[in-house]
Amino acid sequence: MADHGSHRRTYYVIFGLLMLCTYLTWQVAYFDLGPFNTIAALGIAIFKATLVVLFFMHARESPRLTWAVVAGSVFWFGILIVLTMSDYLTRAWQTFG
Amino acid sequence: MSPDAHHAAIPGLAHHFDTLEQQAETTTLGMWVFLVTEVLFFGGLFMVYTVYRSWYPTAFAAASHEMVVWAGTLNTAVLITSSLTMALAVNASQAGNRRLLLLFLVMTMALGCVFLGVKAFEYYTEFAEHHVPGAGFEFEKEYFKPAQIFFSLYFVMTGLHALHMIIGLGIMTVMLIWSYRGVITREYYSPIEISGLYWHFVDIVWIFLFPLLYLIGRHVHG
Repeated sequence: MADHGSHRRTYYVIFGLLMLCTYLTWQVAYFDLGPFNTIAALGIAIFKATLVVLFFMHARESPRLTWAVVAGSVFWFGILIVLTMSDYLTRAWQTFG
Repeated sequence: MSPDAHHAAIPGLAHHFDTLEQQAETTTLGMWVFLVTEVLFFGGLFMVYTVYRSWYPTAFAAASHEMVVWAGTLNTAVLITSSLTMALAVNASQAGNRRLLLLFLVMTMALGCVFLGVKAFEYYTEFAEHHVPGAGFEFEKEYFKPAQIFFSLYFVMTGLHALHMIIGLGIMTVMLIWSYRGVITREYYSPIEISGLYWHFVDIVWIFLFPLLYLIGRHVHG
């Protein structure tokens, strides 16, 4: 942690990006884009969360073990969503009827 | 030098660690592991939200349209700013700048209080408009039942998030006292670092709550 000044500059840039993305997600919500409203909202939210994890939470400079833990949280949350929705979204299918 | 003397010479180093770096890496990893459990804790609620929204998309859009959208947007900006001041607090602690560290911790806590104040105003508005699920609930007849599901999820998710903010303010109070008393030094700053991880995590939860609760009905009713 030798160069505290360059870290501060990075924080301000990331802060600017996060604010810009907040403005974007708020404005884009007023346009009717069909299913892309949700895709845009979640896409921007995932991008913002990634910026916070990489820069504010220093994941970028962390050991690989930390990366494994972060990836693990995403992976297990993915299991929760994908397996559950593979049930709920396919209940109306009558293929086997 | 005996092991005991070695440890006594380094304030903040616990006896079961060899170096401060090893101790810092361990505490940081421990915090990350705790945050994984938090991801799945909130994840269950996001899961429920996903299922019910897939069942009642129009009712969720209509109910979401009743949110105070300017308050949600303002609170998003407030939390992102508090994440910046938190990152700067960690930076100041690494540089050993006690005065700046205290200033940024106070700013982070002040912004946290602003967030909770705006949230309280919103809850007041929702009570006044009879949007609290239960006997007094009022909504368009067509969406009466699923709208209550939306508002139940809204109060549980934002309530749990607000509880995390309150716990975060408690943690920051301890950090403020430790920083003031000189416990936190250029060498021993990992308490600030891992408190920051928690604070940023709570910010990330809000980054997802904001569009999913406040914005999904905008394009339908303006």
